[in-house]
Amino acid sequence: MLEIKNLHVQLEEEDKQILKGVDLKIGAGEVHAIMGPNGSGKSTLSYVLSGKDGYEVTDGSATLEDVDLLDMDPEERAAAGLFLAFQYPVEIPGVGNMTFLRTAVNAQRKSRGEEEMSAGDFLKEVRARAKELKIDADMLKRPVNVGFSGGEKKRNEILQMAMLAPKMCVLDETDSGLDVDAMKLVSEGVNALRSEGRSFLVITHYQRLLDHIKPDVVHIMANGRIIKTGGPELALEVENNGYADILAEVS
Amino acid sequence: MALPQIKADATKDRLIGMAIPACGAWATTARQDALNRLIAMGLPHKRDEYWRYTDPALLVGTEVSPSDALRTDTPIFMDKDKVRLIFVDGVFDADASDDPTLEGVEITRLVDAQAADVHWAQGLYGQLETAGQNPVDRPLAIMNTAFATDGVCIHVTGKPSKPLHISYRQSSDASDVVLHHVVKLDAGTELTLLETGTPGARSNVVLEADVADNATLHHVRPQGRAHNRAVATHLFARVGTEATLKSFTLAMNGKMTRNEFVADIIGDDAVVHVGGVCVGDGKDFHHDDTVFITHDALNGESRQVFKKVLRNAATGVFQGKILVKAGAQKTDGYQISQSLLLDEDAQFLAKPELEIYADDVACSHGSTTGAIDETALFYLRSRGVPEQQATTLLTLAFLAEALDEIADEALAEELRDRLEGWLARHG
Ligand SMILES: Nc1ncnc2c1ncn2[C@@H]1O[C@H](COP(=O)(O)OP(=O)(O)OP(=O)(O)O)[C@@H](O)[C@H]1O
Ligand SMILES: [Mg+2]
Repeated sequence: MLEIKNLHVQLEEEDKQILKGVDLKIGAGEVHAIMGPNGSGKSTLSYVLSGKDGYEVTDGSATLEDVDLLDMDPEERAAAGLFLAFQYPVEIPGVGNMTFLRTAVNAQRKSRGEEEMSAGDFLKEVRARAKELKIDADMLKRPVNVGFSGGEKKRNEILQMAMLAPKMCVLDETDSGLDVDAMKLVSEGVNALRSEGRSFLVITHYQRLLDHIKPDVVHIMANGRIIKTGGPELALEVENNGYADILAEVS
Repeated sequence: MALPQIKADATKDRLIGMAIPACGAWATTARQDALNRLIAMGLPHKRDEYWRYTDPALLVGTEVSPSDALRTDTPIFMDKDKVRLIFVDGVFDADASDDPTLEGVEITRLVDAQAADVHWAQGLYGQLETAGQNPVDRPLAIMNTAFATDGVCIHVTGKPSKPLHISYRQSSDASDVVLHHVVKLDAGTELTLLETGTPGARSNVVLEADVADNATLHHVRPQGRAHNRAVATHLFARVGTEATLKSFTLAMNGKMTRNEFVADIIGDDAVVHVGGVCVGDGKDFHHDDTVFITHDALNGESRQVFKKVLRNAATGVFQGKILVKAGAQKTDGYQISQSLLLDEDAQFLAKPELEIYADDVACSHGSTTGAIDETALFYLRSRGVPEQQATTLLTLAFLAEALDEIADEALAEELRDRLEGWLARHG
C-alpha cells in the first residue's frame, strides 16, 4: 500500500535535515504504529506524505499503491486515497463543518471521475457516522473546529476519515487530548474502518491507544530514522522502559 | 478660506457649457443654490485631505472614458417579485419599467416633481446633501444637486408588499450620468430598495433618504461588474427615533468607485448599518468606501462592516468615521474594515476614525489587511479540495460577516453566488 524508501527531508527555509533516511513498507490491510521521542520527525513524516509546503525532499521516495506521492498536489494525494488525521486540527472560521465535509467528499469524487453525492445521501451518511462518534448536530453546523474542545477536534478528524473512506490513513497522535471514553469511541471508529483494502499508520506516544487499535507492526523513530521495528510487544517495552534502552542498543 | 486659484480655475473649466436643467421655481432655487455652493467650494482635487487615497480625476474630468458595462452587467434578483424602475443611460424608461402603482408608496419622476410648483420633495432635495457637507466637503454631491437630469422621488406611506428596484442599464458605452433620488419614509413605514447595475460609463448618483420615527429602510445595491466604469455615489440619510437604516453595497470590478455614506442619527434608539464587499483584480481597480456616521441622540447603534478582496495591484480604500456628539449617551458604534490581499501587489489603505464627545458610549473599530491562511488552505487541500476551490471557500468565509449584514437571505445568497463566480473566474 504505502512504501517509503530512504526518505530524506530538510526544511525549505533553513538548512536543517529532519528526516534522514526513512524506510517503511505497509501492506494492504495492515496497521502499523510509529512511536518515538518528541521531535524525532513523526509529524514531519506525516506532513511530507500529505504534501505540506515548507519541506524539501532531498532523497528517497514515497509511493501509494506504486504511484509516486511526492509529485502530487495535496488534493491529488487525498483523491488517491491518502488521509492525515492532524495532530493539531485546524480551525476555519466562516466555513461550516457540513459544507467543508461535503465539499471535500464531492471534490474527491469528482477528481476520481465519480458522481457527486446527493445532498440527501450525504446528510444521511454524515448523521449516521456522527452519531457513532457522538458528534452532535450542533457541532456539524458550527464552523470547522472553531470552539471545539481538544477531544471534539480529534473526533471530528475521525468523522472526516469515515466520510472520505481513504485507503491509507495516517493518524498523528489522535489519542492526545482524549478522555478514556472518547479514546474508546475513536478507537471503535477506527476499528470499524479496518478492512483488507485499507491500511493505517498510527503515530502515538502511548501503549493505551494500541490496546484498542491493535497494530500488526510497531516502529520506533528517533532522530529522523526508523531505528527499530517489531511486533506489538515493542510498544509495551517502550511503555515500561522508555526509549533509553532502544537508543543505546542501536548506537 | 479663499479657494485656491488652481481649484477655482479647474471648477470653472469643468462648468463650461453646463447649465442647470429647466425646472419649476423651488427646484431652480435648490439647484442655483447648489451651483453657488459648488463654485465656492470647488471640485475635489487629489491634494484634498479627504481625497488623499483616491485621485478624483476620473470623476471630475471633462472627458468620459468609455465603459464596458454594456456587455458585462447581467440581470440580477430576477426571482424576486418587485417593482422595477428602469433607467437607460441615465434616463427613466417608463415603457421598460413596471407599472409604478404600489400600495404604500408614491413614486414621482424627479423631472415631474421638479416641474411642479409645490412638491414634498422640496423639503429634502439638496437638503440632506447640504447637511452632509459639514464637517467635510462633498463637492461631487453638490454638483449632482445642481445638475442631476433624472431620478425618482419615493414617498413611503405604508408597508409596500414588494421591493422597489431601481435598475440601471446602458445602451451607449460613453454615457455620463447624473441621477438624484429622494426617499421619504413616513413614521412607521417600511421599504426595501434595490439599486442595481451601472448607470453610465461615468456616473454620479445621490440618494437622499429621510427615515422618520419607527420607519425601516433596507437598501441593497449590487453595482455591477463593468471594468472601465467610474462611479461616485453618495447616500445621505437622516434617521429618526427607533428607525432603522440598513445599506449594503456589492462592487465587482470598477476602474474608479467612490461610495460615500453619510448618516445622521437624530432620534433615540435608532439603528444604522452600512456594509460593503468589493472584489477587484488588476491595477485598473480602485474602490473607495467613505463613511461618516453621526450620533446625535441617545442609545443609537451603528455598524460599519466593509470587506475587500484585492489582487494584482488592485487598490482598496476605506475612510470611516463615527462621530458621537455630546449627549449621545449609550451609543454603540462598531466599525470594521478588512481586506484580503490575494497577492503581494494589491494594496489597502484605511483611515478609521472615532470622535467622541459623550462619556458613556461603547465604540470599537478595527482594520486589518491579511492574506489567505496557509494552514487552513493546506487543511482543506489535504481533504481533497483543490487549491482554487479551497481559496474561494476561505475567501467567502472572510466575506461572510459583511454579507450577513443583508437582512434578506435570498438576496444575500444571490450576491454570494455572484461572488463565488467572480472568485472562480479570477482564481
Ligand atoms: N517548519 C519547521 N520549522 C522549524 N523546525 C521544524 C519545522 N518542522 C519541524 N521542525 C523540527 O523538526 C523536528 C521534528 O519535528 P516533528 O514535529 O516532526 O516531531 P514529532 O516526532 O512529531 O514530535 P512530537 O512527538 O513532539 O509530536 C523538531 O525538532 C522540530 O522542531
Ligand atoms: Mg508530532
